[in-house]
Amino acid sequence: MVEALPPGLILVLGALIIPFLPKGADGRDVLGKTVMLVLPVLGFVQILLLPDGYSLTGTAFGLELELVRVDRLAKVWGYIFHIAALLSAIYALHVDDRLQHVTAVMYAGCAIGAVFAGDLITLFVYWEGTAITSVFLIWARRTERAYRVGMRYLVIQVASGVLLLAGTVLWVQGPGEGSVLFTTGAFSFETLGDAGPAALVILVAFGVKAAFPLLHNWMQDAYPESTPTGTVWLSAFTTKLAIYALARGYAGTDILIPIGATMTAFPIFYAVIVNDLRKVLAYSLNNQLGFMIVGVGIGTDMALNGTAAHAFSHILYKGLLFMSMGAVMHRVGTTKASELGGLWKSMPKTTFFCIIGAMSISAFPLFSGFISKSLILTAAAEEHMTITFLVLLFASAGVLDHSGIKVPFFAFFAHDSGKRCEEAPTNMLVAMAGAAALCVGLGMFPGPLYDLLPYQVDFNPYTTTHVITQLQLLFAAICAFVVLNKVGIYPHEIPSLNVDFDWTYRKGLPMLVGWIRRVGGGAWHGFTGASVATIRRGVDWVGTHAGPAGRLGEPWPTGATAFWAAVLLAAYLLLQFL
Amino acid sequence: MSDSHEPHGHKIPEGEEPRWVDHPENVEKIVRALFVLTGLTMAADFAYHKHGHFGFENIPGFHAFWGFGSFVFLVLVAIQLRKVVMRDEEYYGDGDG
Repeated sequence: MVEALPPGLILVLGALIIPFLPKGADGRDVLGKTVMLVLPVLGFVQILLLPDGYSLTGTAFGLELELVRVDRLAKVWGYIFHIAALLSAIYALHVDDRLQHVTAVMYAGCAIGAVFAGDLITLFVYWEGTAITSVFLIWARRTERAYRVGMRYLVIQVASGVLLLAGTVLWVQGPGEGSVLFTTGAFSFETLGDAGPAALVILVAFGVKAAFPLLHNWMQDAYPESTPTGTVWLSAFTTKLAIYALARGYAGTDILIPIGATMTAFPIFYAVIVNDLRKVLAYSLNNQLGFMIVGVGIGTDMALNGTAAHAFSHILYKGLLFMSMGAVMHRVGTTKASELGGLWKSMPKTTFFCIIGAMSISAFPLFSGFISKSLILTAAAEEHMTITFLVLLFASAGVLDHSGIKVPFFAFFAHDSGKRCEEAPTNMLVAMAGAAALCVGLGMFPGPLYDLLPYQVDFNPYTTTHVITQLQLLFAAICAFVVLNKVGIYPHEIPSLNVDFDWTYRKGLPMLVGWIRRVGGGAWHGFTGASVATIRRGVDWVGTHAGPAGRLGEPWPTGATAFWAAVLLAAYLLLQFL
Repeated sequence: MSDSHEPHGHKIPEGEEPRWVDHPENVEKIVRALFVLTGLTMAADFAYHKHGHFGFENIPGFHAFWGFGSFVFLVLVAIQLRKVVMRDEEYYGDGDG
């Protein structure tokens, strides 16, 4: 019975019912919102009931497809995606915009479907599904700017899918030997030399969605532009789907370790100086993905467990942080640090939940980040990766800066902006309370999460060494913040933007095209002008000589014609004898 | 809001009582408590047997020094980065921020 519908389709198809439901006499959309809440619960129950090892196969275009594959790795993501969908739906209950509700639930459904897809074609369909549905959460701002940002986002997301399809074709014709099945570790490689073109193309496809270095700017561009509720949905699914795909296909691929380590360290410099706090969170999200990708690259059981656990707890605390900033956006109309401060007086509950999210992402003991990130750090230490370990430790201090301190401090404390507003709406508070409870619950009782992880875990995060050293790192880093703030070195909030790699395609490329048009245009006109003149001269020459007045245009006398015919015949005769 | 870009100017609306943390001397108390806590976690290193994976982890207070140093390095580099990458909010011509 529960197998009748592939996971994810409950949400995708269920959301399509919403537009046909009648609204109440007072215009309230009770039925539509009820459906939005019920669908993730139904989907969650389905995942609970599906047995490990369940598989649903079919054929299309002569290819063997595995529409559903249920195993422990997929299930971790299945559970957390449903929880995220439910919390996001609660958070969005005050919004009366069916377009957002329908596309958001379908988006979550596509991400869930992709996680349970057992072959590359099915994965591709859901992969593009997440792109097409999620862009509406950006366009839902309904501004000219949101439209443009959405187009940029859509082009990049769809390109990721096209790369996945191209890689699939290369795979089927090459190492896949006619099979499109997405088996565990299918594309793992030791060195770049060993990797075939299929594995590399698919790695880039996954890398776009996972926001690899230099492929990352779509996220910092798009996420702060979505609606207050839309960003909460967006933060949960796309990037973590990519992490799942990497964990499935590329476990133990060494090159992912430097890629992931770069991601933990590189975006945090930007996070320090960015003014829009939702953009700070987007950079911070990038940094957290780096930890997970390092885990995939290390590829041991403990590291992969770490990636799965960190994705799980990350979705909750990152969602919670985006929720708290969404509440600020909803009430104050901006999340620019330069315009905020002192909001704790107006929004004490939101402040409280934001701090829980901040402590979770900073990995304070008793909070969720502590029990998941430590698996990845321990895995790196067990493999004696000194540099990686130190970079991750540096990045952990960085996390504390941008998400642990900067976001709550500049929004709710710092200098009082004098702004006074209402507390967040009840439904937002309920969603934040739910996410916060899970953050603290997982931190205090990691057992149930560890039981879900793909491999057997024998790990206790609460050793004396681990607790003390982590507290040292965090407290000393806060001291650094206090000292830098006191001596006036800590960067002030300035209304500004910072150019990143997106400069290349938002400014550089248009400038290059303009330059080519100007310089190349001149050359082109010169070239075409010269060509036309040459041809015209040729035509004139023919006209002069072959025209009615030309030597070749004259009528020839019969005698001359007979003479030349005789010469030709004689030449022909001579050739016969040679 | 172009009225206040001075870093620490408090602007409590008329008729509103200042709260506990609005008084600088109370902020000072929090800061002092933080320094004490940091000192305590560092002192704790002498009270138990550390199980670090690397030799350097056994240096007393290593994580505190690394955390403090990382944070300062991060901020100092970010300040330099800002000189290179910061632009006006209208740089891209679509009101980006």
